[in-house]
Amino acid sequence: MATLRSMELEINGRQHALTLEPRVTLLDALREHLGLTGTKKGCDQGQCGACTVHVDGERVLACLTLAVQAEGRKVTTIEGLAQADGALHPVQAAFVEEDAFQCGYCTPGQIMSAVACIREGHAGSDEEIREYMAGNLCRCGAYPNIVSAVRKAAKEVA
Amino acid sequence: MNDFGYSRAASIDEAVALARQPGAMLLAGGTTLVDLSKCDVARPNALVDISRIPGLDEVRLDEDNAAIGALATMSHVAVQAGIRENFPAISESLLLAASAQLRNMATIGGNLMQRTRCVYFRDPAGYSACNKRDPGSGCAALGGIAHDHAVLGASDACIAVYPGDLAVALTALEAVVRTNLREIQIRDFFVEPGDTPQRETVLEPGEMITEIIVPRSPLSANSTYLKVRERKSYEFASASAAVGLAFEADGRTIRDIHVALGGLATKPWRALAVEEALRGKIIDEQAIRDVSRLAVEGAVAQGANAYKIELAPRVVARAILKVGGIQ
Repeated sequence: MATLRSMELEINGRQHALTLEPRVTLLDALREHLGLTGTKKGCDQGQCGACTVHVDGERVLACLTLAVQAEGRKVTTIEGLAQADGALHPVQAAFVEEDAFQCGYCTPGQIMSAVACIREGHAGSDEEIREYMAGNLCRCGAYPNIVSAVRKAAKEVA
Repeated sequence: MNDFGYSRAASIDEAVALARQPGAMLLAGGTTLVDLSKCDVARPNALVDISRIPGLDEVRLDEDNAAIGALATMSHVAVQAGIRENFPAISESLLLAASAQLRNMATIGGNLMQRTRCVYFRDPAGYSACNKRDPGSGCAALGGIAHDHAVLGASDACIAVYPGDLAVALTALEAVVRTNLREIQIRDFFVEPGDTPQRETVLEPGEMITEIIVPRSPLSANSTYLKVRERKSYEFASASAAVGLAFEADGRTIRDIHVALGGLATKPWRALAVEEALRGKIIDEQAIRDVSRLAVEGAVAQGANAYKIELAPRVVARAILKVGGIQ
Protein backbone atom coordinates (compact mmCIF):
# COMPACT_ATOMS: atom_id res chain seq x y z
CA MET A 1 0.00 0.00 0.00
CA ALA A 2 1.20 3.43 -0.81
CA THR A 3 1.48 5.82 2.08
CA LEU A 4 -1.20 8.45 2.45
CA ARG A 5 0.14 11.87 1.74
CA SER A 6 -0.81 15.11 3.41
CA MET A 7 -1.14 18.03 1.06
CA GLU A 8 -2.45 21.57 0.91
CA LEU A 9 -4.46 22.56 -2.11
CA GLU A 10 -5.47 26.11 -2.95
CA ILE A 11 -8.91 26.00 -4.54
CA ASN A 12 -10.71 29.20 -5.52
CA GLY A 13 -8.49 31.21 -3.19
CA ARG A 14 -9.03 28.97 -0.15
CA GLN A 15 -6.50 26.59 1.38
CA HIS A 16 -7.64 23.03 1.97
CA ALA A 17 -5.67 20.45 3.95
CA LEU A 18 -6.16 16.95 2.60
CA THR A 19 -4.72 13.50 3.26
CA LEU A 20 -4.98 11.41 0.12
CA GLU A 21 -3.48 8.45 -1.69
CA PRO A 22 -1.13 9.80 -4.37
CA ARG A 23 -3.27 8.15 -7.05
CA VAL A 24 -6.29 10.37 -6.31
CA THR A 25 -6.91 12.71 -9.20
CA LEU A 26 -7.59 16.40 -8.79
CA LEU A 27 -11.09 15.69 -10.13
CA ASP A 28 -11.84 13.13 -7.42
CA ALA A 29 -10.26 15.33 -4.75
CA LEU A 30 -12.58 18.18 -5.76
CA ARG A 31 -15.74 16.12 -6.06
CA GLU A 32 -15.35 13.38 -3.44
CA HIS A 33 -13.16 15.00 -0.80
CA LEU A 34 -14.04 18.71 -0.99
CA GLY A 35 -17.66 18.53 -2.09
CA LEU A 36 -16.99 20.76 -5.09
CA THR A 37 -19.18 18.87 -7.53
CA GLY A 38 -19.40 21.64 -10.13
CA THR A 39 -16.47 20.09 -11.97
CA LYS A 40 -17.94 17.12 -13.84
CA LYS A 41 -16.64 13.63 -14.48
CA GLY A 42 -17.47 12.74 -18.06
CA CYS A 43 -15.16 10.21 -19.69
CA ASP A 44 -12.53 10.27 -16.92
CA GLN A 45 -9.86 9.60 -19.55
CA GLY A 46 -8.99 12.97 -20.99
CA GLN A 47 -11.24 12.88 -24.02
CA CYS A 48 -14.32 15.01 -23.23
CA GLY A 49 -13.24 18.17 -21.37
CA ALA A 50 -16.08 18.07 -18.79
CA CYS A 51 -13.53 18.23 -15.95
CA THR A 52 -11.74 21.36 -17.23
CA VAL A 53 -10.37 23.57 -14.44
CA HIS A 54 -7.65 26.21 -14.31
CA VAL A 55 -4.29 25.53 -12.67
CA ASP A 56 -2.21 28.69 -12.30
CA GLY A 57 -4.57 30.31 -14.77
CA GLU A 58 -4.23 27.70 -17.51
CA ARG A 59 -7.00 25.31 -18.51
CA VAL A 60 -6.19 21.67 -17.82
CA LEU A 61 -8.05 18.39 -17.35
CA ALA A 62 -8.64 17.55 -13.70
CA CYS A 63 -9.18 13.86 -14.53
CA LEU A 64 -5.59 13.46 -15.78
CA THR A 65 -4.03 15.60 -13.05
CA LEU A 66 -3.13 13.96 -9.77
CA ALA A 67 -4.21 16.05 -6.80
CA VAL A 68 -0.65 15.99 -5.51
CA GLN A 69 0.54 17.59 -8.76
CA ALA A 70 -1.56 20.65 -7.90
CA GLU A 71 0.23 21.25 -4.60
CA GLY A 72 1.45 24.84 -4.45
CA ARG A 73 -0.60 25.82 -7.51
CA LYS A 74 -3.72 27.98 -7.68
CA VAL A 75 -6.72 25.93 -8.78
CA THR A 76 -9.88 27.61 -10.06
CA THR A 77 -13.10 25.67 -10.60
CA ILE A 78 -16.52 26.70 -11.86
CA GLU A 79 -17.46 27.47 -8.24
CA GLY A 80 -14.75 30.13 -8.16
CA LEU A 81 -15.87 32.04 -11.23
CA ALA A 82 -18.81 34.13 -10.02
CA GLN A 83 -18.23 37.09 -7.72
CA ALA A 84 -18.82 36.84 -3.97
CA ASP A 85 -22.20 38.59 -4.31
CA GLY A 86 -23.30 35.97 -6.81
CA ALA A 87 -22.87 38.13 -9.92
CA LEU A 88 -22.10 35.79 -12.80
CA HIS A 89 -18.85 35.90 -14.73
CA PRO A 90 -19.49 37.35 -18.23
CA VAL A 91 -18.96 33.91 -19.78
CA GLN A 92 -21.50 32.33 -17.42
CA ALA A 93 -23.97 35.12 -18.23
CA ALA A 94 -23.40 34.66 -21.96
CA PHE A 95 -24.08 30.90 -21.70
CA VAL A 96 -27.42 31.68 -20.01
CA GLU A 97 -28.34 34.43 -22.48
CA GLU A 98 -27.42 32.40 -25.55
CA ASP A 99 -29.01 29.17 -24.24
CA ALA A 100 -25.66 27.45 -24.75
CA PHE A 101 -26.58 24.12 -23.20
CA GLN A 102 -29.29 21.54 -23.04
CA CYS A 103 -28.62 18.95 -20.31
CA GLY A 104 -25.88 21.09 -18.78
CA TYR A 105 -23.46 18.32 -17.90
CA CYS A 106 -20.60 19.55 -20.09
CA THR A 107 -21.33 23.21 -19.25
CA PRO A 108 -18.92 23.82 -16.33
CA GLY A 109 -16.10 22.44 -18.46
CA GLN A 110 -17.25 24.45 -21.47
CA ILE A 111 -17.32 27.63 -19.41
CA MET A 112 -13.92 27.07 -17.80
CA SER A 113 -12.49 26.31 -21.22
CA ALA A 114 -14.18 29.36 -22.76
CA VAL A 115 -12.83 31.72 -20.08
CA ALA A 116 -9.30 30.51 -20.89
CA CYS A 117 -9.95 30.52 -24.64
CA ILE A 118 -10.91 34.20 -24.50
CA ARG A 119 -8.00 35.07 -22.20
CA GLU A 120 -5.56 33.31 -24.56
CA GLY A 121 -6.85 35.46 -27.43
CA HIS A 122 -8.28 32.50 -29.32
CA ALA A 123 -11.85 33.77 -29.72
CA GLY A 124 -11.26 36.04 -32.71
CA SER A 125 -13.62 34.28 -35.09
CA ASP A 126 -16.17 31.48 -35.02
CA GLU A 127 -13.67 29.20 -36.73
CA GLU A 128 -11.02 29.97 -34.13
CA ILE A 129 -13.50 29.46 -31.29
CA ARG A 130 -14.49 26.05 -32.71
CA GLU A 131 -10.83 24.99 -33.01
CA TYR A 132 -9.80 26.14 -29.54
CA MET A 133 -12.96 24.77 -27.89
CA ALA A 134 -12.56 21.40 -29.64
CA GLY A 135 -11.44 19.72 -26.43
CA ASN A 136 -14.91 20.15 -24.91
CA LEU A 137 -17.51 17.75 -26.25
CA CYS A 138 -21.27 18.35 -25.97
CA ARG A 139 -23.37 15.28 -26.59
CA CYS A 140 -26.55 17.36 -26.78
CA GLY A 141 -24.97 19.14 -29.72
CA ALA A 142 -25.38 22.67 -28.40
CA TYR A 143 -22.30 23.76 -30.33
CA PRO A 144 -23.84 26.63 -32.36
CA ASN A 145 -25.09 28.32 -29.20
CA ILE A 146 -21.83 27.62 -27.36
CA VAL A 147 -19.96 29.39 -30.17
CA SER A 148 -22.44 32.30 -29.92
CA ALA A 149 -21.92 32.55 -26.18
CA VAL A 150 -18.13 32.53 -26.46
CA ARG A 151 -18.26 35.13 -29.24
CA LYS A 152 -20.55 37.34 -27.16
CA ALA A 153 -18.52 37.01 -23.97
CA ALA A 154 -15.28 37.68 -25.83
CA LYS A 155 -16.67 41.03 -27.01
CA GLU A 156 -17.80 41.94 -23.49
CA VAL A 157 -14.54 40.97 -21.82
CA ALA A 158 -12.43 42.81 -24.40
CA MET B 1 -5.48 1.86 -10.89
CA ASN B 2 -2.36 0.53 -9.22
CA ASP B 3 -1.67 1.95 -5.80
CA PHE B 4 1.60 3.86 -6.19
CA GLY B 5 3.97 5.94 -4.16
CA TYR B 6 4.84 9.47 -5.17
CA SER B 7 8.00 11.51 -4.90
CA ARG B 8 9.06 14.79 -6.41
CA ALA B 9 12.51 15.12 -7.88
CA ALA B 10 14.40 18.39 -7.50
CA SER B 11 17.11 17.55 -10.01
CA ILE B 12 17.86 15.25 -12.92
CA ASP B 13 20.24 13.21 -10.76
CA GLU B 14 17.59 12.76 -8.10
CA ALA B 15 14.98 11.81 -10.70
CA VAL B 16 17.22 9.18 -12.22
CA ALA B 17 18.11 7.77 -8.80
CA LEU B 18 14.46 7.60 -7.74
CA ALA B 19 13.53 6.03 -11.06
CA ARG B 20 15.71 3.04 -10.21
CA GLN B 21 13.16 1.87 -7.62
CA PRO B 22 11.41 -1.28 -8.88
CA GLY B 23 8.32 -0.40 -10.89
CA ALA B 24 9.05 3.33 -10.85
CA MET B 25 8.04 5.57 -13.73
CA LEU B 26 8.70 9.23 -14.48
CA LEU B 27 5.71 11.58 -14.35
CA ALA B 28 5.70 14.90 -16.20
CA GLY B 29 2.39 16.21 -17.59
CA GLY B 30 0.69 12.91 -16.86
CA THR B 31 -1.59 12.97 -19.89
CA THR B 32 -0.42 9.51 -21.02
CA LEU B 33 0.70 7.97 -17.74
CA VAL B 34 -2.32 8.85 -15.59
CA ASP B 35 -4.62 7.80 -18.42
CA LEU B 36 -2.89 4.44 -18.94
CA SER B 37 -2.76 3.84 -15.18
CA LYS B 38 -6.55 4.17 -15.10
CA CYS B 39 -6.82 1.71 -17.99
CA ASP B 40 -4.59 -0.66 -16.00
CA VAL B 41 -2.13 -0.70 -18.91
CA ALA B 42 0.53 1.11 -16.88
CA ARG B 43 0.99 -0.40 -13.44
CA PRO B 44 3.63 1.75 -11.74
CA ASN B 45 4.61 1.11 -8.11
CA ALA B 46 6.09 4.55 -7.75
CA LEU B 47 5.80 7.80 -9.68
CA VAL B 48 8.71 10.19 -9.77
CA ASP B 49 7.35 13.65 -10.54
CA ILE B 50 9.95 15.46 -12.64
CA SER B 51 7.71 18.40 -13.55
CA ARG B 52 9.31 20.81 -11.07
CA ILE B 53 12.95 20.21 -11.93
CA PRO B 54 14.21 23.73 -12.66
CA GLY B 55 15.66 24.76 -16.00
CA LEU B 56 14.14 22.03 -18.17
CA ASP B 57 11.18 24.03 -19.50
CA GLU B 58 13.06 26.57 -21.58
CA VAL B 59 13.20 27.06 -25.32
CA ARG B 60 16.46 28.55 -26.55
CA LEU B 61 17.48 29.53 -30.05
CA ASP B 62 20.99 30.21 -31.31
CA GLU B 63 22.47 30.50 -34.80
CA ASP B 64 22.69 26.76 -35.30
CA ASN B 65 19.93 25.12 -33.27
CA ALA B 66 16.78 25.31 -31.24
CA ALA B 67 17.08 23.64 -27.85
CA ILE B 68 13.69 22.68 -26.47
CA GLY B 69 13.61 21.67 -22.81
CA ALA B 70 11.96 18.33 -22.11
CA LEU B 71 9.54 19.90 -19.64
CA ALA B 72 8.39 22.74 -21.88
CA THR B 73 4.68 22.27 -22.54
CA MET B 74 3.29 21.72 -26.02
CA SER B 75 1.29 24.96 -25.86
CA HIS B 76 4.33 26.97 -24.76
CA VAL B 77 6.62 25.65 -27.50
CA ALA B 78 4.00 26.00 -30.24
CA VAL B 79 3.71 29.77 -29.88
CA GLN B 80 7.39 30.69 -29.46
CA ALA B 81 8.22 33.16 -32.22
CA GLY B 82 11.60 31.50 -32.80
CA ILE B 83 9.92 28.14 -33.30
CA ARG B 84 7.09 29.44 -35.51
CA GLU B 85 9.50 31.29 -37.79
CA ASN B 86 12.37 28.86 -37.99
CA PHE B 87 10.56 25.54 -37.54
CA PRO B 88 6.94 25.95 -38.68
CA ALA B 89 6.48 22.17 -38.93
CA ILE B 90 7.09 21.89 -35.19
CA SER B 91 4.66 24.63 -34.29
CA GLU B 92 2.00 23.26 -36.65
CA SER B 93 2.40 19.68 -35.45
CA LEU B 94 1.87 20.82 -31.86
CA LEU B 95 -1.17 23.00 -32.57
CA LEU B 96 -2.82 20.22 -34.59
CA ALA B 97 -2.39 17.77 -31.73
CA ALA B 98 -4.74 17.01 -28.83
CA SER B 99 -6.75 19.87 -27.29
CA ALA B 100 -5.85 23.19 -25.69
CA GLN B 101 -6.19 21.62 -22.22
CA LEU B 102 -3.94 18.67 -23.03
CA ARG B 103 -1.37 20.93 -24.72
CA ASN B 104 -1.18 22.99 -21.52
CA MET B 105 -0.34 19.84 -19.56
CA ALA B 106 1.72 17.65 -21.87
CA THR B 107 5.47 18.18 -22.10
CA ILE B 108 7.76 17.82 -25.09
CA GLY B 109 9.71 14.93 -23.60
CA GLY B 110 6.52 13.16 -22.58
CA ASN B 111 5.05 13.75 -26.01
CA LEU B 112 7.80 11.64 -27.56
CA MET B 113 7.06 8.89 -25.03
CA GLN B 114 3.29 8.74 -25.65
CA ARG B 115 1.97 5.25 -26.24
CA THR B 116 -0.13 3.94 -29.09
CA ARG B 117 -3.89 4.46 -29.16
CA CYS B 118 -4.45 0.85 -30.33
CA VAL B 119 -7.80 -0.06 -28.72
CA TYR B 120 -6.61 -3.59 -27.99
CA PHE B 121 -3.52 -2.29 -26.19
CA ARG B 122 -5.65 0.10 -24.12
CA ASP B 123 -8.21 -2.49 -22.98
CA PRO B 124 -6.64 -5.25 -20.84
CA ALA B 125 -10.05 -6.22 -19.42
CA GLY B 126 -11.46 -6.84 -22.89
CA TYR B 127 -8.42 -8.29 -24.65
CA SER B 128 -5.78 -10.33 -22.88
CA ALA B 129 -3.60 -10.73 -25.97
CA CYS B 130 -1.21 -7.83 -26.49
CA ASN B 131 2.49 -8.38 -27.05
CA LYS B 132 3.22 -4.74 -26.34
CA ARG B 133 1.53 -4.90 -22.94
CA ASP B 134 2.30 -8.49 -22.08
CA PRO B 135 5.13 -9.93 -24.20
CA GLY B 136 4.31 -13.31 -25.71
CA SER B 137 0.54 -13.04 -25.16
CA GLY B 138 -0.28 -12.54 -28.83
CA CYS B 139 -1.88 -9.69 -30.76
CA ALA B 140 -5.63 -9.15 -30.64
CA ALA B 141 -5.34 -6.45 -33.29
CA LEU B 142 -4.24 -8.96 -35.96
CA GLY B 143 -7.51 -10.13 -37.47
CA GLY B 144 -9.38 -7.53 -35.43
CA ILE B 145 -10.75 -4.16 -36.47
CA ALA B 146 -7.84 -2.85 -38.50
CA HIS B 147 -9.07 0.62 -39.42
CA ASP B 148 -6.47 2.54 -37.38
CA HIS B 149 -3.55 0.14 -37.54
CA ALA B 150 -0.15 0.50 -39.17
CA VAL B 151 0.55 -0.28 -42.80
CA LEU B 152 4.31 0.32 -42.46
CA GLY B 153 6.82 -1.10 -40.01
CA ALA B 154 4.47 -3.70 -38.55
CA SER B 155 5.43 -7.22 -37.53
CA ASP B 156 3.64 -10.48 -36.73
CA ALA B 157 3.78 -9.40 -33.10
CA CYS B 158 2.33 -5.87 -33.34
CA ILE B 159 0.58 -3.59 -35.84
CA ALA B 160 -0.06 -0.63 -33.51
CA VAL B 161 0.43 2.87 -34.92
CA TYR B 162 2.70 5.44 -33.32
CA PRO B 163 0.11 8.17 -32.64
CA GLY B 164 2.13 11.36 -32.24
CA ASP B 165 2.47 14.42 -34.44
CA LEU B 166 5.50 16.26 -33.03
CA ALA B 167 7.84 13.31 -33.49
CA VAL B 168 6.95 13.21 -37.18
CA ALA B 169 7.99 16.84 -37.57
CA LEU B 170 11.16 16.19 -35.56
CA THR B 171 11.95 13.21 -37.78
CA ALA B 172 11.73 15.36 -40.92
CA LEU B 173 13.92 18.00 -39.27
CA GLU B 174 16.53 15.46 -38.06
CA ALA B 175 16.28 16.43 -34.41
CA VAL B 176 18.51 15.03 -31.71
CA VAL B 177 17.15 13.72 -28.41
CA ARG B 178 19.48 14.64 -25.55
CA THR B 179 19.26 12.55 -22.40
CA ASN B 180 21.12 12.62 -19.10
CA LEU B 181 23.52 10.09 -20.69
CA ARG B 182 23.89 10.78 -24.42
CA GLU B 183 22.58 12.26 -27.65
CA ILE B 184 20.38 10.13 -29.89
CA GLN B 185 19.46 10.94 -33.49
CA ILE B 186 15.69 10.90 -33.78
CA ARG B 187 15.88 8.27 -36.55
CA ASP B 188 17.54 5.95 -34.01
CA PHE B 189 15.33 6.90 -31.08
CA PHE B 190 12.16 5.01 -32.04
CA VAL B 191 12.33 1.31 -32.86
CA GLU B 192 10.03 -0.90 -34.94
CA PRO B 193 8.17 -3.58 -32.98
CA GLY B 194 9.81 -6.67 -34.48
CA ASP B 195 9.62 -9.46 -31.90
CA THR B 196 9.76 -7.02 -28.96
CA PRO B 197 6.91 -4.52 -29.35
CA GLN B 198 7.08 -3.72 -25.63
CA ARG B 199 10.26 -1.77 -26.49
CA GLU B 200 9.37 1.42 -28.36
CA THR B 201 12.48 3.55 -27.95
CA VAL B 202 16.17 2.95 -27.29
CA LEU B 203 15.99 4.66 -23.89
CA GLU B 204 17.55 2.54 -21.17
CA PRO B 205 16.49 2.27 -17.53
CA GLY B 206 17.86 5.28 -15.68
CA GLU B 207 17.81 7.40 -18.81
CA MET B 208 15.71 10.54 -19.07
CA ILE B 209 15.10 12.97 -21.92
CA THR B 210 16.39 16.40 -20.99
CA GLU B 211 16.28 18.38 -24.23
CA ILE B 212 15.46 18.18 -27.93
CA ILE B 213 17.96 19.80 -30.28
CA VAL B 214 16.72 20.81 -33.73
CA PRO B 215 19.18 22.07 -36.35
CA ARG B 216 18.33 25.37 -38.07
CA SER B 217 18.50 25.52 -41.84
CA PRO B 218 16.64 26.92 -44.86
CA LEU B 219 14.91 23.53 -44.93
CA SER B 220 13.68 23.82 -41.35
CA ALA B 221 12.46 27.37 -41.97
CA ASN B 222 10.52 26.19 -45.05
CA SER B 223 8.72 23.28 -43.46
CA THR B 224 5.15 22.26 -42.80
CA TYR B 225 3.07 19.61 -41.06
CA LEU B 226 -0.12 18.45 -42.78
CA LYS B 227 -2.54 16.28 -40.83
CA VAL B 228 -5.59 14.53 -42.26
CA ARG B 229 -8.07 13.08 -39.77
CA GLU B 230 -11.66 11.94 -39.40
CA ARG B 231 -12.73 14.93 -37.33
CA LYS B 232 -11.81 18.52 -38.08
CA SER B 233 -10.01 18.88 -34.77
CA TYR B 234 -9.01 16.95 -31.65
CA GLU B 235 -8.27 13.67 -33.42
CA PHE B 236 -5.28 11.49 -34.22
CA ALA B 237 -3.97 11.41 -37.78
CA SER B 238 -5.39 9.10 -40.40
CA ALA B 239 -2.27 10.14 -42.29
CA SER B 240 0.09 13.05 -41.84
CA ALA B 241 3.25 14.38 -43.45
CA ALA B 242 6.03 16.65 -42.29
CA VAL B 243 8.09 18.13 -45.11
CA GLY B 244 11.04 20.51 -45.17
CA LEU B 245 12.33 21.80 -48.49
CA ALA B 246 15.26 23.97 -49.54
CA PHE B 247 15.69 25.31 -53.07
CA GLU B 248 18.85 26.16 -54.94
CA ALA B 249 19.45 29.85 -55.71
CA ASP B 250 17.27 29.54 -58.83
CA GLY B 251 14.25 29.08 -56.57
CA ARG B 252 12.98 25.99 -58.37
CA THR B 253 15.62 23.30 -58.18
CA ILE B 254 15.23 21.20 -55.05
CA ARG B 255 18.52 21.30 -53.17
CA ASP B 256 17.28 19.19 -50.30
CA ILE B 257 14.00 17.76 -49.08
CA HIS B 258 13.02 15.75 -46.01
CA VAL B 259 9.73 13.87 -45.73
CA ALA B 260 8.29 12.02 -42.74
CA LEU B 261 4.94 10.31 -42.26
CA GLY B 262 2.59 9.97 -39.30
CA GLY B 263 -0.51 7.89 -38.66
CA LEU B 264 0.79 5.19 -40.98
CA ALA B 265 3.56 3.32 -39.25
CA THR B 266 4.65 1.77 -36.00
CA LYS B 267 7.11 4.65 -35.55
CA PRO B 268 7.57 8.10 -37.10
CA TRP B 269 8.43 7.12 -40.66
CA ARG B 270 11.02 8.79 -42.87
CA ALA B 271 10.22 8.56 -46.60
CA LEU B 272 13.79 8.47 -47.93
CA ALA B 273 12.74 7.15 -51.35
CA VAL B 274 10.62 10.25 -51.96
CA GLU B 275 13.49 12.49 -50.92
CA GLU B 276 16.03 10.76 -53.18
CA ALA B 277 13.69 10.93 -56.15
CA LEU B 278 13.23 14.70 -55.79
CA ARG B 279 16.67 15.91 -54.71
CA GLY B 280 18.28 17.92 -57.51
CA LYS B 281 15.08 18.01 -59.57
CA ILE B 282 13.17 21.06 -60.74
CA ILE B 283 9.93 21.27 -58.81
CA ASP B 284 6.99 19.98 -60.83
CA GLU B 285 3.49 19.15 -59.66
CA GLN B 286 2.95 15.97 -61.64
CA ALA B 287 6.39 14.63 -60.72
CA ILE B 288 5.67 15.27 -57.04
CA ARG B 289 2.34 13.46 -57.24
CA ASP B 290 4.00 10.48 -58.97
CA VAL B 291 6.99 10.33 -56.65
CA SER B 292 4.86 10.63 -53.51
CA ARG B 293 3.65 7.09 -54.11
CA LEU B 294 7.12 5.95 -53.05
CA ALA B 295 6.21 7.04 -49.51
CA VAL B 296 4.18 3.84 -49.06
CA GLU B 297 6.66 1.44 -50.68
CA GLY B 298 6.39 -1.87 -48.87
CA ALA B 299 3.11 -0.97 -47.16
CA VAL B 300 0.90 -3.90 -46.14
CA ALA B 301 -2.82 -3.48 -45.48
CA GLN B 302 -4.74 -5.55 -42.94
CA GLY B 303 -8.11 -4.96 -44.61
CA ALA B 304 -9.86 -1.92 -43.19
CA ASN B 305 -6.68 0.17 -43.06
CA ALA B 306 -6.02 -0.12 -46.81
CA TYR B 307 -7.30 3.45 -47.26
CA LYS B 308 -4.13 4.72 -45.59
CA ILE B 309 -2.04 3.44 -48.50
CA GLU B 310 -4.11 5.50 -50.92
CA LEU B 311 -4.37 8.51 -48.63
CA ALA B 312 -0.75 8.92 -47.54
CA PRO B 313 0.79 9.74 -50.95
CA ARG B 314 -1.83 12.45 -51.47
CA VAL B 315 -1.02 13.95 -48.07
CA VAL B 316 2.70 13.84 -48.88
CA ALA B 317 2.15 15.46 -52.26
CA ARG B 318 0.01 18.25 -50.79
CA ALA B 319 2.61 18.98 -48.14
CA ILE B 320 5.44 19.09 -50.69
CA LEU B 321 3.42 21.34 -52.99
CA LYS B 322 2.77 23.69 -50.10
CA VAL B 323 6.43 24.14 -49.10
CA GLY B 324 7.31 24.18 -52.79
CA GLY B 325 5.15 27.28 -53.20
CA ILE B 326 2.91 25.61 -55.79
CA GLN B 327 -0.25 25.39 -53.66
